[in-house]
Order: sequence, then C-alpha cells, then structure tokens
Amino acid sequence: MGERLLLRGNEVIAEAAIRAGCQCYFAYPITPQAELLQHMAINMPRLGRTFIQAESELAAINMVYGAASAGVRTMTSSSSPGISLKQEGISYLAGSSLPAVIVNIVRGGPGLGDIAPSQCDYFQATKGGGHGDYHMIVLGPSTVPEAGQLTMLAFELADRYRTPVMLLADGMLGQMMEPVELPKPIEISSLPKKEWATDGAKGRDPNIILSFDLDPEVLKQMNLILQKRYRQIEAKEVRYEETATSDADIAIVAYGTVARIAKTVVRMARAEGIKLGLFRPITLWPFPGQALRKLSEKIATVLTVEMSAGQMWEDVRLAIAEQAETPFYGEMGGVIPTPQRILSEVKKHAG
Amino acid sequence: MPVDVQNMQKIFARPDSLTDAKSTYCPGCHHGILTRIIAQTIDELEVAERTVGIVPVGCAVFAYQWYHCDAIQAAHGRASAVATGVKRADPNLIVFSYQGDGDFASIGTAESIHAANRGENITVIFVNNQVYGMTGGEMAPTSLVGQKTTTTPQGRDPKLFGYPIRFSEMIAQLDAPVYVTRQALYDTKHIKEATKAIKKAFTNQVEKKGYSLVEVLAACPTNWKMKPIDANKHIAKVVEKTYQLGDLVNRG
Ligand SMILES: Cc1ncc(C[n+]2csc(CCOP(=O)(O)OP(=O)(O)O)c2C)c(N)n1
Ligand code: SF4
Ligand SMILES: [Mg+2]
Repeated sequence: MGERLLLRGNEVIAEAAIRAGCQCYFAYPITPQAELLQHMAINMPRLGRTFIQAESELAAINMVYGAASAGVRTMTSSSSPGISLKQEGISYLAGSSLPAVIVNIVRGGPGLGDIAPSQCDYFQATKGGGHGDYHMIVLGPSTVPEAGQLTMLAFELADRYRTPVMLLADGMLGQMMEPVELPKPIEISSLPKKEWATDGAKGRDPNIILSFDLDPEVLKQMNLILQKRYRQIEAKEVRYEETATSDADIAIVAYGTVARIAKTVVRMARAEGIKLGLFRPITLWPFPGQALRKLSEKIATVLTVEMSAGQMWEDVRLAIAEQAETPFYGEMGGVIPTPQRILSEVKKHAG
Repeated sequence: MPVDVQNMQKIFARPDSLTDAKSTYCPGCHHGILTRIIAQTIDELEVAERTVGIVPVGCAVFAYQWYHCDAIQAAHGRASAVATGVKRADPNLIVFSYQGDGDFASIGTAESIHAANRGENITVIFVNNQVYGMTGGEMAPTSLVGQKTTTTPQGRDPKLFGYPIRFSEMIAQLDAPVYVTRQALYDTKHIKEATKAIKKAFTNQVEKKGYSLVEVLAACPTNWKMKPIDANKHIAKVVEKTYQLGDLVNRG
C-alpha cells in the first residue's frame, strides 16, 4: 500500500485531501493550521491543481462554494475564529446541497482566545453553526493516522450525501508528529459524474445551484429533502470506538485528543484494579447516542471528559437520560487535561 | 393593405440564451435591458453551453431564471469569490457575475477587489443604481450626495455617511484588470455602447485575457420615485456628473 512517513497532523490532513482528489483548496492563514495551508501551497500547484490564499475566510468558503458547484472535490481549512467567518458559506453549502470538506483545527475561545488545543467549537460544529435548519457530518479524529483516514472519508461522505463535512481536530493533533501510512491516491477520473453540477449546460437543460425560494411551501419541501438526508446519515454513518468496555463498571466518553489521553487513563486505572472503559465518538454528528445508551445500560457511571465547558456532555446526557450517572470533567482555554487528573476524576466516581 | 405575415422578415427576436420566464423587475428598470444584452452576447459568442452565471442577492436574485445556461445563486456580496471558485475549477467555463452596488461595492468589497487584483479571468457586471433596490430603497455606498433614500430621509450627508464611492476607479488602480469601463442605458446610443462594452468584456474572457468589469449606471424608478422617463433623464443630467462614462482601463 502507501509509504510510511513521520508527519504532523496538519500535513497528513493536507496530503490525505490531495490523495482524496481535492482539486481546489482555498484558505486564509491562521494558527494552528498553518502547516496545512503551506503543504497545499507547495503541492497543489505541482499537481496542476488550484491553491488560492484567499483574502479572508469569507472569500475562501465562497470559493469553495463555486468550486463545489462546478463539481470538483474542494476543501478549506481554518481554526476557530476563521471558522466563525465561514458559517455563512457553510449554511449556503448545506442549503444548496453542495459537497465540501471544512477542516477546523480548534483553538481556545471565545473571541480571539489563544492558539492552544481546545474542543470549544463542538456546539458550532454539530448543532448547525450558521443559520437555518441544517447539520453537517462532523468527524473527530484522535490520532494523526486517523486524521488522514477521516479526511479521505470526509470527501467520500460529502459526495455521497451532497453535504458539507467538517473534520474537527485541535492544535495538538495538528502539530503532533506520528508515523503514518498514507492512503493510496484515488483516481479522480474514476469518481462518478455529478449530474447536478454547473459545469456547462452542454446537451442538457441548465443546472441551477441555489439555497432559496420565496414560497414557504417550496422552501419547506427543500428543507424536508435535507431532513430526509440527515435521517439517512444518522441511520448509516454513525461511527464510534469502544475500548475495554465489555467488563467495565465505569466509562469515559471522550473524542479527539481527549480520547487519546483517556486511553492512557484506561491502562492506568486497570493497573490499579479499576474497571474503566472508553467510549469514543468518531462521528460527532451524527452522535452515536444509541450505542452510548446501550453501553450505559450495563454501566453505573459514564464520565464525560472534554476540553470545553461541557458541550458534548449535553449530547451524552440526552442519550443516557437517567440510565446511568453522568458526571463531567472539563478544561477550558486551551488547557489539556492530564492523565493523572482524569484518573482522579474517575476515582471520585468509581465505586 | 393586408399585411403579408408569411413573408415578413424577422428583424428583432428574443436571443436564444434568454428564457421566457416572467420578469420580476419593475417597469422602466434597467436590470431588464441589461439581461437582454448579456443573453445576446452569450448568443453572439456561442458560449451558452459553457457559461455559468453567478447571480447576487438583490433585485437580480432571480436572474438564474433568465438565461439558458447554468447558474449559481451566491450569498450577498460573494459572487466574485464564487465566480473565482468556478473558474479555477474549470478554466474552460465562461463565468460571469452580476452584482448590484450594495452587493459589489459594500458587503462584497473585499471579494470584489481581490478577484480583480488576482486578475481572475471572469466578467463582472456591476449594476450601479445608487440604491438598495430589493430591501426597500436604502442608501447604497454609491448614493449621491444629498440623495434621499429610506435611510437618508434628509438626503445623504457626506459628513455622516461619506461620499459616493467610485468603485470602478478603485479597481482601475490595480495592475491586473484588463478592462474596466462605465456605461449607461438611458438611450439607444448608450445601450449600443454598453452592448459593445459587454461583448468586449466577455470576449476578453473567451480569449483568456483576464478580468473585465463593466459598471452600468442603472435606473431604479421605483425607489427613486420617478417615472421611467424622468429616471433616464436623471442619469444623463445628474448621475453622470458623479460617475463619468467611459473606459477606465483598456489593456485588451
Ligand atoms: C448577509 C445579508 N445581509 C443583508 C441582506 C439583505 N439584502 C438583500 S438585497 C440587499 C441590497 C441589495 O442592493 P443592491 O446590491 O444594490 O441590489 P439592487 O437590489 O439595488 O439591484 C440587502 C441588504 C442579505 N440578503 N444578506
Ligand atoms: S426596485 Fe428598482 S432595481 Fe429593483 S426591480 Fe424595481 S426598479 Fe429595478
Ligand atoms: Mg442597487
């Protein structure tokens, strides 16, 4: 298969996008995703593909809107403040049923915040973010190799469901170096033709890309189409991973960087005789609520750990209801929870 | 004398690229004339099968219905960025954006200037009617000094709201654009000239020369609260004083 290389998360995401057949990439510089932009600046033109350093995130996402309309695979990347600016465009992408990949290497917020790793954009990513009744698929990698795999998957899902897909990572994952086996490049010419694309009305009626209709009944129908698609995604695309849950008395729910730290905590706890497991959502939307609920039926306590004030925790509680105890431990502002600290939280609740 | 319909010569017809969808524009509005000129240009250059129109938010929001070609409805002000995305995805497509003065010269300022500065090989039609037509006649960045609008009921006071922005002159300062011109549509002479300018702006793109911008001084009789005829006279007598007609850049 592919070659094995030591790469940063940001570079792996960029390289995976190229291998997924991303033909147009548009972005505005921001820390901590700069290496992603730089990797694309070097490699996209070399391959005869489009790289534009846009004048703003607003412009970048609207360039994505144009390239997606023309039927090519396209991506933009940024970090929290820049992703806020992209929300208008993401809403338009969703409303117009356009496939695109958006990478958010999350940093501490709100406002300018800092440049340290955080998970404080979970609400924005999973609950809509922009205006209107929409969702996008949100993927949360927890290792560098997985960031590559999920980037490839993001392009696939975007095309399959004609929807924007977000890769939600953080600065720690973006900067971290790990050995990765890069996925094999796909053959762009083998991708199915997008019959709806505005790529020139030759031998067919004109295609129109839009997200509006002033007739509420028509707009309702357009919304129903989106909702139907979301139900399909919820039925087919939920992804999660369970670690050491089969005999567990207590489980941590965590995603991304925190899930990676939590795996260490599972080992530490087990060494001390605490039967700790880990439930790791990979798709943050659709959230693996049913699987989590099932797990909670045989476990007394489900501890949510996040680098936020408890944003995913809301989804955890919604899924589990009264089935188990649902305590929370979180850090904010870019502070990364240590394994020791998480373990002490586990001990508070374990038996 | 009975008219011989059978042998009548057709001297004026709807361009093939113009659909028969019902117009949403007010009587006397120049958006309509402009639409026809663009359709005619697409016909003459025989590019309908590879043209993609980017339509704005504004009175022209329904413009995707007017042409027999692919079209994209863009977010308010972002049409030049969307056009950039389409053109870069497939440089063989003929991409034009159609934008009002609020769209192009206010909310879309950054996207408009930077698409021009990159010299994107696109054609931009910029409709300067000195007002926000669609939302109810508010002040536009292009509104004249003293102009009464629904948000400047006393007339535009430059001390509070600045001066009319000559956006095309700003674009003309850049190195990349190959063609920047200002045209009008208030009589047949000017319609003919505007038609030539638009054809040139599209031809530049077909010949891969680069960025072309055609600003059009347009009448909005409804929000100017004028009869169509008076609106035309107003452009000739008043508007043209602030916005002089003619080519600003012609490197074609
Ligand atoms: C982000 C956003 N802000 C505001 C609006 C409301 N809006 C719709 S059209 C318009 C102004 C249009 O004026 P102009 O671009 O001059 O076009 P015209 O109608 O005059 O042709 C505004 C402010 C919007 N649709 N989106
Ligand atoms: S409001 Fe003005 S710009 Fe809009 S359609 Fe009517 S006349 Fe034209
Ligand atoms: Mg206007």
